[in-house]
Amino acid sequence: MDPFESARVTFDVNGQSCTFEALDTRTTLLDALREHLHLTGTKKGCDHGQCGACTVIVDGRRLNACLTLAVMHEGAKVTTIEGLGTPERLHPMQAAFVQHDGYQCGYCTPGQICSAVAVLDEIRAGIPSHVTADLTAQPLFSVDELRERMSGNLCRCGAYSNIAEAVVAAREQLEPGTTT
Amino acid sequence: MKPFSYERARTPAEAAAAVERRPGAKFIAGGTNLLDLMKLGIEAPPHLVDVNGIGLDRIEPTPEGGLRIGALVRNTDLAADARVRRDHAVLSRALLAGASGQLRNRATTAGNLLQRTRCPYFYDPAQACNKRQPGSGCSAIGGVSRQLAVIGGSTACIATHPSDMAVALRVLDAQVETVQPDGRTRVIPIADFHRLPGNTPQAETALEPGELITAVTLPAPLGGRHVYRKVRDRASYAFALVSVAAVVMPDGRGRVALGGVAHKPWRVEAADAALPQGAKAVMATLLAGASPTPENAFKLPLAERTLAAALQG
Repeated sequence: MDPFESARVTFDVNGQSCTFEALDTRTTLLDALREHLHLTGTKKGCDHGQCGACTVIVDGRRLNACLTLAVMHEGAKVTTIEGLGTPERLHPMQAAFVQHDGYQCGYCTPGQICSAVAVLDEIRAGIPSHVTADLTAQPLFSVDELRERMSGNLCRCGAYSNIAEAVVAAREQLEPGTTT
Repeated sequence: MKPFSYERARTPAEAAAAVERRPGAKFIAGGTNLLDLMKLGIEAPPHLVDVNGIGLDRIEPTPEGGLRIGALVRNTDLAADARVRRDHAVLSRALLAGASGQLRNRATTAGNLLQRTRCPYFYDPAQACNKRQPGSGCSAIGGVSRQLAVIGGSTACIATHPSDMAVALRVLDAQVETVQPDGRTRVIPIADFHRLPGNTPQAETALEPGELITAVTLPAPLGGRHVYRKVRDRASYAFALVSVAAVVMPDGRGRVALGGVAHKPWRVEAADAALPQGAKAVMATLLAGASPTPENAFKLPLAERTLAAALQG
């Protein structure tokens, strides 16, 4: 390979520092995670930013890992589904998806869960959405807000109603004392 | 994807010079549109200059009472800024009507302005497209044109500009600040920033090779009621069939721009004057000379009804 068409990059994935010495510049963050680090929890659906299956959390924000180059993330902190919880110690969002059957085939699920975790953070941070009635007020969690904010995560099995129930339940665990 | 070399720029001037140095090189910021097009072979830059590390990521007040929005401010942060929500709400509303939460977290102010059309013929390399391959023809004309332009098009191209944000910036009379590779700066009114297709639909903006957007400025708050109403095929995460950005004063005067109807955000200042007379009067001027296809003629009454609904609140 032309040495100018590869680059060195280091970022943190789920608490572990990962250095790529000569990564093909074309490698997306998604392919770096799946093909190089063998973290196959993050899924490749459409590979064009339309389905959300590749959603991961980078520096606290969700993004489509298929539409960003790995070399653009020098020094970043990446959290994938594997970093949220483990089979022995599930993240409350993962546990709620199991409890409420928030999937059928499961392919979109890691993206749904990463997205949902970030959605709760975004509402807490006061970021409004298309359905927020009063732009100048602190947005409040509701199922309408959740559905709008999760519209970048498609589920071809159509498990949406159970996904919404799972996120509502997880929020009660993660933010006790708040009301829907 | 075609191979490309890559560098990280540290300053705006360094970035502009780096792109000018390599023919065909491109800036990359959020990358959400560019990488999509590179995967399809529609864009094939031999060199990418990453501008994510050059700053330009703040929103600051201007001496005139407006806001200077850095080119790298993410769509999420711009939509969520308290000053934008309070004083320029049409901009927040437009941003929040576009894309998904994941995309808005990456997409930048400058990149949103520079989005390419979503015309299906532009996206399909097997089809003729004067924008993708100048001189090859336009398969959209006489093809599936439901989503495409109804005004301002040409015999070479009937693509639309896909941005919601740009429609709000047009109604707010924003200005685009740039730096050239030789360090010169200039200010481009948003009205002159996007071009109509004419015979050169591949030339979409007023930018010159290597010219980098550094900021978008908003004038002092206009006051009034700010509305962004978007009509699309599903309730969320879809491009506009028609959208209306409007700022309406208590006495009924105001201004209007349309999205989803033309190669650029569509505003005709003379049409604004008709706003107190209602949507029908506005559209008589705003859409005068429209030349829709049989498949998208519905956009003309849809635009009028969408404005009427927006005016009702």
